[in-house]
Amino acid sequence: MENEELRNFSENKYKYGFTTQVQTNIIERGLTEDTVRLISQKKGEPEWLLDLRLKAFRHWLTMPMPKWAHLNIPPIDFQSISYYADPTASKKNGPTSIDSIDPEVMKTFDKLGIPLEERLALSGGVAVDAVMDSVSVKTTFQQNLKEKGIIFSSIGEAVKNHPDLVKEYLGSVVNYRDNFYAALNTAVFSDGSFVYIPKGVRCPMELSTYFRINAAGTGQFERTLIVADDDSYVSYLEGCTAPQRDENQLHAAIVEIVVKDRAEVKYSTVQNWYPGDEQGRGGVYNFVTKRGLCAGEHSKLSWTQVETGSAITWKYPSCVLRGDYSQGEFYSVALTNNFQQADTGTKMIHIGKETKSTIISKGISAGHSQNSYRGLVRVGKNAYGARNYSQCDSLLLGSDCGAHTFPYMDIQNETAVVEHEATTSKISEDQLFYCNQRGISPEQAVGLIVNGYAKDVLNKLPMEFAVEAQRLLSVSLENSVG
Amino acid sequence: MKALNQYIELYKEQKDVIENTSAPGLNAQRAFALEALAHKGLPVESDENYLHSNVEEWLAPNYGLNIQRLNLPLDTEEPFRCSVPNLSTQLYFLNGDSFMSAPQTNASLLPDGVIVKGLNTFACDYSEIFSRYYNKSSFTDGTSFLNTLLVQDGFVVYVPKNVVVEKPIQLIELMQSQFSMLACRRILLILEQGAALKLLLCDHSLRMQEYLSLQVVEAFVEDNASLELYDLEETHTGNSRISSLYVNVGNDSRFVCNNITLHNGRTRNSANVAVNGHGAEIVLNGIVIADKEQHVDNYTFIDHNSCNSTSRELFKYVLSGSSVGAFKGKVLVRGGAQGTDSQQTNRNLALTSSARMFAEPQLEIYADNVKCSHGATVGQLDQAALFYMRQRGISEQEAKMLLKEAFVGEVIDSIPLAPLRDRLNRLISLRFRGQLAQCKGCNICH
Repeated sequence: MENEELRNFSENKYKYGFTTQVQTNIIERGLTEDTVRLISQKKGEPEWLLDLRLKAFRHWLTMPMPKWAHLNIPPIDFQSISYYADPTASKKNGPTSIDSIDPEVMKTFDKLGIPLEERLALSGGVAVDAVMDSVSVKTTFQQNLKEKGIIFSSIGEAVKNHPDLVKEYLGSVVNYRDNFYAALNTAVFSDGSFVYIPKGVRCPMELSTYFRINAAGTGQFERTLIVADDDSYVSYLEGCTAPQRDENQLHAAIVEIVVKDRAEVKYSTVQNWYPGDEQGRGGVYNFVTKRGLCAGEHSKLSWTQVETGSAITWKYPSCVLRGDYSQGEFYSVALTNNFQQADTGTKMIHIGKETKSTIISKGISAGHSQNSYRGLVRVGKNAYGARNYSQCDSLLLGSDCGAHTFPYMDIQNETAVVEHEATTSKISEDQLFYCNQRGISPEQAVGLIVNGYAKDVLNKLPMEFAVEAQRLLSVSLENSVG
Repeated sequence: MKALNQYIELYKEQKDVIENTSAPGLNAQRAFALEALAHKGLPVESDENYLHSNVEEWLAPNYGLNIQRLNLPLDTEEPFRCSVPNLSTQLYFLNGDSFMSAPQTNASLLPDGVIVKGLNTFACDYSEIFSRYYNKSSFTDGTSFLNTLLVQDGFVVYVPKNVVVEKPIQLIELMQSQFSMLACRRILLILEQGAALKLLLCDHSLRMQEYLSLQVVEAFVEDNASLELYDLEETHTGNSRISSLYVNVGNDSRFVCNNITLHNGRTRNSANVAVNGHGAEIVLNGIVIADKEQHVDNYTFIDHNSCNSTSRELFKYVLSGSSVGAFKGKVLVRGGAQGTDSQQTNRNLALTSSARMFAEPQLEIYADNVKCSHGATVGQLDQAALFYMRQRGISEQEAKMLLKEAFVGEVIDSIPLAPLRDRLNRLISLRFRGQLAQCKGCNICH
């Protein structure tokens, strides 16, 4: 397999790198208590939430930046970031109907393939909460969902309309003391989505949030909270893109999920933040805390992620399996190319009896990138009959990249069965030869093999996402064949 | 810090005594070790490689050191307990940290040119060879610097070019004083090109005192050489052991290490293998059998820095009681190390609810034409197999015993020395029945 061909394969043109010209209200750069108060004030928040933000901010000041990851993170100046950018500011009262959205913003989402007009969506399609910078632009199908009792809105709206629910669950899974970026997020978070599925309801459509960073010099700190009450089901999708810039932008989000008795939540992400150029200039720092609590018995939480973007990805979508017989799943494809870095994986914390977890992680490294899997499986003292299976495979394309595996197992119960397997290799010459022999070009062959390699994970994605993810994998690898 | 300061103070106070009783070659390295130790400190629990062993705490008590080089008496029965039937060996002792030959050992039976000596004597008699190898490994943690700072004696085997030592050499390490003691042991193994050596290390403590052995093994396996190391620990529960192995392997060389922890108190073994030669073959195996409050932490680091080398690791733990087992195995494949083939397996049985296992296999790979894998499991005895045996009239206890023996048998079976294999099978079988040789007549731990 020739280096040149491998290299040619991964010439990536980032399709979503455009910038929208829209009047955006950006607050001054820097982070002080006043910034936190200003954000809270802009969002018209109640006292308790401001208190929480301030507590988190004060705690954040005491924390050092974590350095343990297998990542080379250039120093981040938290005072040079603007923590709030509102592209809907031109419409005074904020977007209430489709007509009040700035046409430029509408166009942006159309261009991204996210229709904000409900009539344009496919029948039985996807309800979308579209977030640009710090503000939710529009949440579609709210009315239809409301009829079933489902709440799907931006978190800012939810704070106003359902304060009790938000107060009960916000921070219940990811405490502001959890880590450096969780504290930062709790202090300055702006919009994200809030989902509540009432007892016994199966959400009739897929819910999705689309995150877009647009303004320069800003960071995005969204917050998503999903609560699935007893016997409910929801499939939730998350997508994200950002403009192509030479500066690095910070995205530090928190996603919290609470799954109650016999409920099931499926959370899928296709992460396509701007990854930086071929020389490693620019790109988004994606430092996210995602965690779900399987609080009820027989509850199930499934994370599926396809990570192709971001200059640096640092996240571990995790499951706390507290309810007896609860299940956690983690399926991940992480692809790094050029100078991208990723340190991603999961944590499965088994607390309840007969809890099960599955981890399938597929890493693909190309160019000069570094791709690490890091995962923890902890089986607590009372987690009788806990079962875990982990499989982490890494594929290396090219001799300048790195693939690393750091699993941690902490087993405190004698009835637990925990298995971990990991392999690292390059694409087999035999497979390539077989494809070439049958007239498939080396470039196509690599795409084919990579897609086959990632199939276990791609199969878990909802249909719309699976197609997108497959395409993304091929595009992100362009020019890396070699 | 307190633990560290007491040793630094001890060294400063006793510097003259230490230096007067040691060879100049040993003393020459102390200043650097002191500086490195002061700079680096002892490993703390937040250290990524020491997450599960608080060695600072192990080093904190005020142990006695035989700085004056008093001649401690040796229990003469000890050789018999360690003898491996049908395996004739050349036998040596480290009593605490003092070297001595066994009465029946005859150095003239060694092949020409092979030197087996105490570290201090070797440093005096062969200062040129000594200074070429001693302290030339790149140490990674404070405990090894502490060893270099305080060491006064140890054990050396030097095998010259193309000499094969057919008969295994056995070193019995003993702790037997009536006071709680710290022994700084240093073992230096030098295998020149084409040389071959098999070395058995038996680590024992004879009394229920609080002992600490702080051991550093430096091995140089040059091109085409072959070193097989069998390290067996069978100590009391009051014993703590911090052992660091540093191996440098050359082209087409072979290094095999079997590390067996049969009975212990607290143990931290680390094996650092620098694969600087192409085509080298590394095998690291381990068995851990722990119960009560025992603690065993194995850390391995294989640094593939050259082409076409292979490494195989197999570590098996059987944990019961409230024991704690930890395994961290890191495999690093550097950019140029194309053609590396590495496999690491860690299988663990956690048999009681209070036993705890930490497993952390790690791969860090910077070359693409490699084949690397690792696997780790934690589980219990196979219920179907138990049922099968019980159905055939084997008692539950006996069936469990058989399964456990079979579980660790995979490691034993890979040992090429048949007499040693038989001996280890026997010891392991006794161990699972709570009847280790050293436990006879001793009620302390049962």
